[in-house]
Amino acid sequence: MDFLLQQLVNALQSGSFYALIAIGYSMVYSVLMLFNFAHGDVFMVGAYIGFFVSGGLLALDVWEVIGLPVGVQLGLILVLTLIVSMFLNALVGMAVERIGYRPLRGAPRASAAITGLMIGIILENGNLALLGPQRRAFPELIPTVTLQLGDVSLTNKKIMIVVVSLLLTLAFHQFVRRTKWGMAMRAMAYDFVVVPLMGISINKIALMTFALGSALAAAAGILFGIAFPVLDPNMGILFGWKAFVAAILGGRGSVLGAGLAGFLLGFIEIFVVAFFPSTMRNLIAFGIILLILTFRPHGFFGEPYSAQLRL
Amino acid sequence: MSRKLLGLALFFVLALAACAPAAPPTIKIGVNAEITGDIPKVGEGTKFAAEMWLEEIGGQLEVGGTTYPVELVIEDNEAKGESAAAVNQKLITQDEVLVIVGPQASKQAVPAGGVANDLETPMISPWSTNPDTTLNRPWVFRTPFLDPFQGPVVANFVTEEFGFTQAGVLFDVASDYPKGLADFFKEGWETVHGAGSVVAFESFTTGDSDFSAQLTKIIDSGAEFLFTPQYYNEVALIVQQAHELGWNVPIVGSDSWGSAETVELCGEDCYGLFFSTHYAAEGATGATKEFIDAYNAKYGYVPDDVGALTWDSFHIVEQAIQDCGEITGDLAVDRQCVRDAMANIKQFHGITGDMTFTEEGDPIKCAVIVRISEEGKFTFYKQVCP
Repeated sequence: MDFLLQQLVNALQSGSFYALIAIGYSMVYSVLMLFNFAHGDVFMVGAYIGFFVSGGLLALDVWEVIGLPVGVQLGLILVLTLIVSMFLNALVGMAVERIGYRPLRGAPRASAAITGLMIGIILENGNLALLGPQRRAFPELIPTVTLQLGDVSLTNKKIMIVVVSLLLTLAFHQFVRRTKWGMAMRAMAYDFVVVPLMGISINKIALMTFALGSALAAAAGILFGIAFPVLDPNMGILFGWKAFVAAILGGRGSVLGAGLAGFLLGFIEIFVVAFFPSTMRNLIAFGIILLILTFRPHGFFGEPYSAQLRL
Repeated sequence: MSRKLLGLALFFVLALAACAPAAPPTIKIGVNAEITGDIPKVGEGTKFAAEMWLEEIGGQLEVGGTTYPVELVIEDNEAKGESAAAVNQKLITQDEVLVIVGPQASKQAVPAGGVANDLETPMISPWSTNPDTTLNRPWVFRTPFLDPFQGPVVANFVTEEFGFTQAGVLFDVASDYPKGLADFFKEGWETVHGAGSVVAFESFTTGDSDFSAQLTKIIDSGAEFLFTPQYYNEVALIVQQAHELGWNVPIVGSDSWGSAETVELCGEDCYGLFFSTHYAAEGATGATKEFIDAYNAKYGYVPDDVGALTWDSFHIVEQAIQDCGEITGDLAVDRQCVRDAMANIKQFHGITGDMTFTEEGDPIKCAVIVRISEEGKFTFYKQVCP
């Protein structure tokens, strides 16, 4: 029992990252009908931005002057890092859209997909060229406290990661559901041709979609850095693929769906290892996903007609 | 008229040039290193040690009374097997190197060794411990001990040191070195403690950073310690995650832990842990200490085992070239000559210990058990000889 509970905790943490990245994938896919394959690398850039922002904040002299208790100070740095990095990474996402995708708005969809892959490679190798190949150790913003509940180990980090990602998922769900901007996004997802005729600027909505997705990716990157404090330029590739799978699993047009599918992917991966030989993990995990998609080709929350909606 | 004169003049110049004694050919040594990719610190150590050697010999080698200029051709294999093979192909056919040093990790050295052997160019891997690198490859050599030796060394060390009987293993199933060593360790452990004494044998694939599912399973299996033959970036994550799961048993590693960056990434979590390796920098004496001090002075950190083994490899290459007696400039002849000379080295006194070479081109040498001290230094704990 404890074994299962422990694996459940592991799965929640693992799913948190997938959820946050999958939402970014899903939003772009919903609004613009394109797969932003650079998103995994935008996540990597977000983690690096977080690394530099937190490093810079930690090195400031101001803290001694203010004289806050260490715990409060670190907490404040964490919140500031999250906000600043999300903002900066939103700019990165907007640049990707403006430079990479807008010129190809009318081009065949395959061209846009290839552009995404190329931007991803440029981001990876740009990082490699600028910062060198060595790993970066993400600064410890939260000193680890391990809590033993019976045989289940919880750390304060894990709790925070799961809570923050759930909150962000819900916040973005509400944003898309309740705000005027969110409504514009949903309208665009519904009809890409007619909605622009109603005076909604597709370029503005596209920029906003990329900015939001990238901000979430930055949050995921920082949480990742807190949980697994080793950053490298290729860290986004594998995560990007898996989050992409989660986005498809969630279904087009649903922020909540993508988030939940991210958590589901975490559960599948962890529990496959719990019950099967770990050597077969990816084989079985993605076999299960293939099976799910066979029976629900539009994902869990996707609308059946959405795939033939346009073009 | 003037054109004829010019032609005549040109003819004489060429004839003179042909008569003048030909300049000695440049000795090109290829370095196939993991400069980018998963283990960049390994590539950096390789490059630095190679450049130090070039500096030591002053950029030239005297072979049989003639001085030949020496040139290094350093190429990046991105820590990928297929890139390492392509790099060897390029070094051999395009850059026309005499001999290749590298690649380091077995994942790269096994495929690259195949290329070197097929194209009949001598290659020496300073760090690859997987038997397949040199197996049935007369052109491929190595400087470190082998995993069939290292696996039982670790198994016996844990048995003697802690008296444990149940082992847990976590390794990367997609990489030659961890996969091979995990198997050899299991074999060694089960020889001592009987079948089924490795109670958890879990794996992941390259690029993973979340090992919590595997670790939870290993903890649940009742393993008394963890053996994880991983590279330095994964070591940090595995050790930290084990501690976060409340598992504070000894975690034991292998020579891939010996990077200068292990402690930098892992921090206090790694203090007090043991691993088997090729040499210990702390408390070294003689030539080993000289190398460490020179390297530290030049690059600002204590060299890891990769640096030391690369240094030894270059000296083996140097000796082989000198044993050759003459460099003709005909690559096929010279490569054959260097290979034969290298195969003829039976004893070598290196900074990572004395080596005796077998028919396969593999050295028999001692392993060292290192403890990561409370200051994060690799301190000598024990020596295990075959």
